[in-house]
Amino acid sequence: MAYKKRLDGRKFDEMRKIEAKVGVIKKADGSAYFKFGNTWAYAAVYGPRELYPRFLQDPSKGILRCNYNMMPFSSKGNRVRPGGSRRSKEISMVTKKALLPVLDLTDYPNSVVDVFIELPETEAGSRTAGINAASMALADAGLLMKDLVSSVSVGRVDDKVVVDLDYSEESYDGGPVADIPLAMIPKSGELTLLQMDGLLTKEQLKEAIEMGKKACNELYEIQKKALKDKYVGGSNE
Amino acid sequence: MSKILVKNKEIVVPGEVLAEGMDNLPGLGTYRAGEQILAARLGLTYIDGRTIKLIQLSGRYTPKKNDTIICKVMDINFSGWRIDTNSAYSAMLSMREATSDYIQKGADLTQYYNLGDYVVAQITNVTSQNLIDVTMKGPGLHKLQGGRMIEVSPYKVPRIIGKQGSMVGMIKQATDCRITVGQNGRVWMQGGADSELLVEKTIRKIEAESHLAGLTERIQKFLEKETGKKLEVGSR
Repeated sequence: MAYKKRLDGRKFDEMRKIEAKVGVIKKADGSAYFKFGNTWAYAAVYGPRELYPRFLQDPSKGILRCNYNMMPFSSKGNRVRPGGSRRSKEISMVTKKALLPVLDLTDYPNSVVDVFIELPETEAGSRTAGINAASMALADAGLLMKDLVSSVSVGRVDDKVVVDLDYSEESYDGGPVADIPLAMIPKSGELTLLQMDGLLTKEQLKEAIEMGKKACNELYEIQKKALKDKYVGGSNE
Repeated sequence: MSKILVKNKEIVVPGEVLAEGMDNLPGLGTYRAGEQILAARLGLTYIDGRTIKLIQLSGRYTPKKNDTIICKVMDINFSGWRIDTNSAYSAMLSMREATSDYIQKGADLTQYYNLGDYVVAQITNVTSQNLIDVTMKGPGLHKLQGGRMIEVSPYKVPRIIGKQGSMVGMIKQATDCRITVGQNGRVWMQGGADSELLVEKTIRKIEAESHLAGLTERIQKFLEKETGKKLEVGSR
């Protein structure tokens, strides 16, 4: 059985409907939300600010702390429970590692930049939506960054390579499925996140990464526009 | 062949290419990668001859030497006061920089500045590790009593103050409030309850409209309408 048409009617290289907005949380130093269809990530940046306990301080540069959290009502299933879990801890870590290569915190020794990613609604691709929102929020916070980070998941459903899998595709049972979240620095094309879950061939992996890079370049334009929209013309509302 | 790809005073985001070729120089907030000059933060471009720099628009306050800031007393130790600067780093106000009075060894320092007091201080030194020294000796540096405090973006402070203090002078004239604007984004005001509210409303208006042309005239009209007074621009 072949996967001829995507379950929600998208083209194989088409992402879900995207929405991005910057400056959504007033009290935060930088904030943004990012939506991939029904996956909705909010990111708020606080800092640079004082870091305690003191043994965590780094005298040569500021540190980045990321916190990924799916809200308890965001979806159904056993991964959605209030509070942290092994899964959220891992995603917080990979998010931090995906964002650090673009950030320059050498001006802020002994301090911390906190990134809080909260997901009010989730339906696959939540870490990638979180990274997109966080990267916009960090830029909004006025931090030194050499570029933004764009992130999308690619993968394989049965015999097709697709971009931005939704939940129905991740749980497709007519054939093998692979899910590969990746994050990219658009300017240089370097990957800062690459994870994989599932089965696929070497050729499919290469094809999927190429598709992901193309999608990231599209995402970069959307992120750029959302950032400019906050400052150009309109008020700071 | 070198060329600048952005206009003056354009909003750019990190990673955006500002110029190509080796004839232009990367200024503050930009970096060079090969032949290109790219933006290193979100900001407003400022082209000065061959140099392109970025004016920061958002973010936390970063302490700079000679800034006048409004601080809160956090802690008291043997040699002085530790004060919060509304940035990632606290500052040290030593006894000899705090007052010209003679303070006896072991004296109770709370009679000068107690925990939670707000003071207007000037930064005298910032080290590479962002350790900050402040002084209270100088004109306009004092302890704040009463009134109320609001926080604004530190990057809007120049617009609130205006050229040679014209904007804040106009608000003072219209509302009869005492106003102190700290470079770290804290604004203190004291006056009648209604006029304090009007000051806050005016400052929020400046914050929201600071990027649009004709700001002073609009604020003048707004204040004249609210107070019914005729204002002179440029008076302090």
